[in-house]
Amino acid sequence: MFEEVASTEQGDLVINIGPQHPATHGVLHLVITLNGETVKKVEPHLGYIHRSIEKMCESLSYRQFIYVTSRMDYLSSHINNHGCAMLVEKALQIEIPSRAQYIRVIMDELTRLASHQLWWGAMAMDIGALTPFFLAFREREMITDIMEETCGARLTMNYMVPGGIMYDIHPDFCKKVKEFIKHFRSKIDEYDELLTGNIIFQNRMKGIGILSKEDAISYGCSGPTARASGVSCDVRKIYPYEIYDQLKFDEVLATEGDSFARYQVRLVEMHQSMNIIEQLIDNIPEGEIQAKTKAVLKLPKGEFYTRIETARGEFGIYVVSEGGTTPYRIKFRSPGFSNLSALDHIVRGHKIGDMVAIMGTLDLVIPDIDR
Amino acid sequence: MTREELQAALTELQSSLTFEEGGEWLNINAPAENFHELALKLRHTSGLDFDYLFCQTCVDWKTHLTMVYHLTSMTHRHNMVVKIKLDRNTPEVTTVCDIWRTAEFHEREVYELFGVNFLNHPDLRKLILPDDWIGYPLRKDYDDPVNMIKL
Repeated sequence: MFEEVASTEQGDLVINIGPQHPATHGVLHLVITLNGETVKKVEPHLGYIHRSIEKMCESLSYRQFIYVTSRMDYLSSHINNHGCAMLVEKALQIEIPSRAQYIRVIMDELTRLASHQLWWGAMAMDIGALTPFFLAFREREMITDIMEETCGARLTMNYMVPGGIMYDIHPDFCKKVKEFIKHFRSKIDEYDELLTGNIIFQNRMKGIGILSKEDAISYGCSGPTARASGVSCDVRKIYPYEIYDQLKFDEVLATEGDSFARYQVRLVEMHQSMNIIEQLIDNIPEGEIQAKTKAVLKLPKGEFYTRIETARGEFGIYVVSEGGTTPYRIKFRSPGFSNLSALDHIVRGHKIGDMVAIMGTLDLVIPDIDR
Repeated sequence: MTREELQAALTELQSSLTFEEGGEWLNINAPAENFHELALKLRHTSGLDFDYLFCQTCVDWKTHLTMVYHLTSMTHRHNMVVKIKLDRNTPEVTTVCDIWRTAEFHEREVYELFGVNFLNHPDLRKLILPDDWIGYPLRKDYDDPVNMIKL
């Protein structure tokens, strides 16, 4: 996988990692300048999975463009869809029924759990521990099964539509979610036993890849990556949407900013997500699941911006409307893009083996970065 | 700061700014000349402290291009939008990646997709497209019969 390409200075080694490399979790291409084993510079080359979604959306209607966003951050596809649906609702001032709001939030948090589970397994695999990957997928399977039953898909759900949700939840949904949470609460302790307390693991994580609070803000980092550096940036808390302002949950913050802090923030977030689901699952109100909307949606002339907290951070949608049925210009502010921009800064001076661990804790999803 | 307070503070900062009505946040139109000085003031004036550039993009209006900067303050939690009108044939504006480092990648993206030239940018190269790509795909008049980008 590691091949020598060219030397820039005497003693320097430039190598390529990717675009086809298991540690990059997708087609990310990194050109790394090494001095011995120490990383001097990392240059990401993007675009291997660029589909120009922004241009594509310019010819899609406001009902259609939501489905494309599932293909960006495929681990947070529910939340991406949710953000787009919220943008249309905000622009057209549609009030959505409370049943739909509850189900949306439950689905978002299930998505966050599934995403963090996959991250946990994949990150451990990056640093050489293979068992966590299988454990994480064992639990993640339960969530994807629940999703499949209600939404009809396991990865790209396309369940959120402007005005609410596409169809009602499966009759077994609440039962299965409760079973899953009970099961996962016991398993997440197993995660801790296996990895968190492991001294080898801690040595590879603590004090490695420190991102200071100022840098996290300057690089536009968001999500668990920024919160591990002490930046309070949880959109659910700061700009609450749906029913998040009525829920009891904590914004998980750490101050160290190293790989271990990023790891712990995500683990604690999983507990928080389960708390949120538990508050809602028994209280889903009866009623409509969709507000009445017109068949053809036309956004008023103007500019709209919505943000939503995905598993990776703040996902923003910026739409410029000319009053027609399609957006004039659409921009997706993806959390991974900004988080990746900090990689070079974090990695410099570390060993090449640590670079893979740091990338693991940044939780990059490449289609989300490339769009 | 509320929208009115922000507007007052910004007028004091630079009198040549014009404000747009409507919109969720305060929208200002700034001239491309001396934008870097304005950006520095926005970042460092106490009370404003716009330290987080959460979205930076460009819009092609067929007659001109508009750079759009979405800014927020992590301490005061207020947001604003800065817009800069650029000439479509020679779009040029000074980089802000020394102020908000996230701009480095965002500007490279705008550079290749819209053809905006960012002055003083340390590393202005194509980020997403191949090096030999011709044209600016996100401009409205871009047409490529080989690579389908419309549905």
